[in-house]
Amino acid sequence: MTNERTQNSYTYGLGKGVPIALGYLSVSFGFGITAVSQGLNPLETILISLTNLTSAGQVAGVAIIAAGGTLIEMILTQLIINIRYCLMALALTQKLDGSFTTLHRLVTAFGITDENFGVAASEKGLIGRRFMYGLITLPIIGWTLGTTLGVYANQLLPPSVCAALGIAIYSMFMAIIIPPSRDDKGVFVTVLIASSLSCVFYYVPYLNRMSQGFSIIICAFVAAGIMAYIAPRYMED
Amino acid sequence: MTKEFLLYLAAMAGVTYAVRMIPFTLVRGKIKSVYIKSFLYYVPYAVLGAMTFPYIFYSTGSVITGAAGTAVAFVLAFMRKSLLIVAALSALVAFAAGLVLV
Repeated sequence: MTNERTQNSYTYGLGKGVPIALGYLSVSFGFGITAVSQGLNPLETILISLTNLTSAGQVAGVAIIAAGGTLIEMILTQLIINIRYCLMALALTQKLDGSFTTLHRLVTAFGITDENFGVAASEKGLIGRRFMYGLITLPIIGWTLGTTLGVYANQLLPPSVCAALGIAIYSMFMAIIIPPSRDDKGVFVTVLIASSLSCVFYYVPYLNRMSQGFSIIICAFVAAGIMAYIAPRYMED
Repeated sequence: MTKEFLLYLAAMAGVTYAVRMIPFTLVRGKIKSVYIKSFLYYVPYAVLGAMTFPYIFYSTGSVITGAAGTAVAFVLAFMRKSLLIVAALSALVAFAAGLVLV
């Protein structure tokens, strides 16, 4: 086990973060425009992106601020939408090498997003703290920069370009899940169950009142829960 | 910036950081259970699958350009192209489809 390969290069991590950062640039651009249009000022909007680093939670948070909701409502909503990070963080702990002391865990935990997690988790073997710092650097910059651009310069790009860029982040998700789905039947069925269930929660009346964050939690629990039972992984470690 | 906003901000950022930090910092040992390990192995694929579908079709504001971009993303991802190539070309095709349609 001590001989397990570990990925601990800052520059390698930085490179892995480039496509994520580019995807974030366009998504947070949209967030910047949305937040300002709902009445937040530029500095407030940028501060939210800098301190939260998450899409769905921020969009929901801005809506609560705009509606003058209570702090309890804010806390519960963030908890439900972002609880998936708890699962991701837990999964990542199993891949950390010895270089991850408490201090480095406290710092890099901030950078656990769906995409950063997806990339880090798909890394073969263990991961070191330098890799993790490299990976999260550009996505944090891209997320904050995109928000800033959206806030101050929504005239910068024509609306048709902004609209088309909206797909980038989802295409990236597909690039993460499709290759392993080709190689591994268990992964393929997991993706199939989760995305089918997600469509059910999106289209079926009454069920579609559920927030996206909550839908993701249920889809993940059901799909991974079933597959862990019928197709357990006997990983060598 | 009002005191009220700062309270909202603290609540948002605090909860979001806590759900990431608590398990990441506290869990040190290796999980022994094959079921839990298998569950955690499948979680990311499940999360990304649920976040992508059906939202990708509506991500461009038009189901038609969204579907065009999705098709391109699917083919390129199937061919194991890099994340950046898949993202950029699918956005480009969605943009081009918008030009043709409008």
